[in-house]
Amino acid sequence: MHKKSFLILALLGLLVLTLGAPAGAQGITELNIWWAEWDPANYLQQIGNDYEAATGIKVNVVQTPWGGYFDRVATEWAAQGTAFDMVVGDSQWLGQAITEGHYVDMTEFLTSTGIKDTVTPATLTYYGEYPSGSGSYYAYPTEGDANGWAYRKDLFENPDNMAAFEAEFGYPLAIPQTWEQLRDIAKFFTRPDEGLYGIGVYTQIDYDGITMGFQNPFFAYGGDWYDAEFNALGVVDTPETIAALELYKELYSYAPPGTNNAFFAEMNDVFVNGQAAMIMNYFAFFPALANPEINPFAESTGYFSMPAGPSGERYAALGGQGISINAYIDDARKQASFDFITWFATQEVQASWAALGGYTCNIAVLESPEFLAVAPFNAAFAETMTFVKDFSNIPEFGQLLAVVQQYLHAYVVGGEGTAEDAMTSIAEGMDEVLAEAGYVG
Amino acid sequence: MRYVNSSNVKGRPVSQVNAQRGLSSRQETVPPAGRRQLSDMRIVQLFILPTIILLILMNIFPLIYSLFLSFTNYSVISSDPPVWVGLENYTHILSDPDFWHNFATTGTYALLSVSLQTIVGFALAMLLRSKFTGSGIITTLVLVPMMLSPIVVAVFWRLIFNPSFGILNPILGFTDINTSPEWLGDPALALWAIVIVDVWQWSPFVMLLCLAGLSAIPEYLYEAAAIDRASAWFQFRRITLPQVMPLLLIAVLFRTIEAFKQFDLVQGLTFGGPGDATETVSVELYRLAFQGQFETGLSSALAYIVLVVIIAISNLYIRALNRLREG
Repeated sequence: MHKKSFLILALLGLLVLTLGAPAGAQGITELNIWWAEWDPANYLQQIGNDYEAATGIKVNVVQTPWGGYFDRVATEWAAQGTAFDMVVGDSQWLGQAITEGHYVDMTEFLTSTGIKDTVTPATLTYYGEYPSGSGSYYAYPTEGDANGWAYRKDLFENPDNMAAFEAEFGYPLAIPQTWEQLRDIAKFFTRPDEGLYGIGVYTQIDYDGITMGFQNPFFAYGGDWYDAEFNALGVVDTPETIAALELYKELYSYAPPGTNNAFFAEMNDVFVNGQAAMIMNYFAFFPALANPEINPFAESTGYFSMPAGPSGERYAALGGQGISINAYIDDARKQASFDFITWFATQEVQASWAALGGYTCNIAVLESPEFLAVAPFNAAFAETMTFVKDFSNIPEFGQLLAVVQQYLHAYVVGGEGTAEDAMTSIAEGMDEVLAEAGYVG
Repeated sequence: MRYVNSSNVKGRPVSQVNAQRGLSSRQETVPPAGRRQLSDMRIVQLFILPTIILLILMNIFPLIYSLFLSFTNYSVISSDPPVWVGLENYTHILSDPDFWHNFATTGTYALLSVSLQTIVGFALAMLLRSKFTGSGIITTLVLVPMMLSPIVVAVFWRLIFNPSFGILNPILGFTDINTSPEWLGDPALALWAIVIVDVWQWSPFVMLLCLAGLSAIPEYLYEAAAIDRASAWFQFRRITLPQVMPLLLIAVLFRTIEAFKQFDLVQGLTFGGPGDATETVSVELYRLAFQGQFETGLSSALAYIVLVVIIAISNLYIRALNRLREG
């Protein structure tokens, strides 16, 4: 009898524990977030640990190397799998993910909670909105990133260099305000006999490298990949965009030899090696340059945001990702994911995220003196996040990218044809892809 | 009379065999209680079955399924099922000048690479044919490149080709960095750069097969030729070359097939660039099948076209090989 009572009591206790635990109310004890394998994912895991401490729900940030990240996520999408609750996905994935129903619509959630107004509008547009301008959102801007510049302050502030530059170009040597000034500085510091070159620019042909680099002057010169009606002809191949491509090719001529297939790793390499006076790169890769153990010029490395085009417009090619919720998980897990994002989007957590090294998109944090002071590149980053622009996020972005990559690389690196030929070929190639996909008649 | 293979000796009936072994007819016909006898054929089948199943699952099914996909509009990452489009993928590929450019690049690369490997490999084999002090070590060292992973080789050679700090340009006498060739960034040189690396890595393979062929040539043929006062060139042309030819052709066949499939070295050195100057069919196939495009149907069709080309070329070699054997 005594034994039987004990058993009943134990069962009752178990039932109370199961029903009474806060996480157990929905039966959710852990959440899985998929992201690529890099430092920000480790920072997110630390943030996740804080969430577990606050709520009891364990957060696992599952990391996959960049090379196979999209393949893994796409395979899970195709299988309508539930291996992840949330995914931190590239902005370019939005079209495919949404048209095929892989992401949960977050419009109502982001609007009703006011989270929508806490992030910079450009990041919400490019990381979360699809179709562009629709006001429908599918991701919370998580890791903001874009192209910026690192430069050698010791070279820029050297009195001899300053005097020589002013004598040659007629204006003082300083952080460039326009792309033409940037070109002049690159030219000025190109001194092969000293093993020094003016600039490092993206040229990688493999995926999207050279396109991301070229987009910076391309957008600033008034270019776009297609208009609102998806017309590429007459939009991509304008005199202004041709001038932008000629400028980009000239910049490449001031780059260290051997950077014919260079992306973020090679940019940091040529800078750390002392081969380049300035380099373009994603802000996510600048922490390495601020580390004296990696960069011997760390103390004299400065950072600036993209210069302006002829009409004063500034644009920076977008990197970074937003966090989305898997459409195939059950409602309880969806709710738990919404709860996590609500907590993650608070200003306090975003400040912690930024303090760890994550690139927040939260307006208040970006503008806070603490954020601006915590790293030497944060001021340039905060400024940049107000004028970012993306390539394309329609499902056919991969085919569009292949066209752009090929012709840009052939002209800039291979020296084949003229800038006009390249831009015309790009416009025609993109038009073919868009027509085949039914965007244009 | 029923013949039982497991007890059958040289086709004789079991009863006869057992009679010779001194077994009674009862012992012959009644198997041990609770055990069924397996015939030799059944045992063979049981041993082969796992391999057959694996082959069907891993090779035959994907082959047939990809053939089906090549006639469809399908993306492996899409939840939409394949849509039958007939020969559309094939006509699209064969009417697209970009694909023909890829085939031309692949053909040029295969021709240059295999020709040079044959010449260099055969020359090395001739040099290392005679035994001398250290010849064993030298042969082993020469074989080292082909034991390396192509992607590792590509990374090493990218550094060697680098115009800033690579060692190739200074070795070739280009000491002025302003005028040094940019091997991987110049469309006129990039394909040659890949050929150089491939020849460096795979000539030892040709050499190895040629060495095997050379060592099998009977010495008396050369002695007889020497008695007849045949010149060294005559001996090479009439004895060495014909005797080595079958193995040389096998080496050329393997290298040609590999050259047509070339992917890793190109991907590691130039990624198909500058522009599309070194974009082989395999690189284009990879881009179509993966890298944000995921055009599974179209890429399957391209893969089958490559397969047909390789089978056709292999057949030419095999016919030449058979002619050599018959002649």
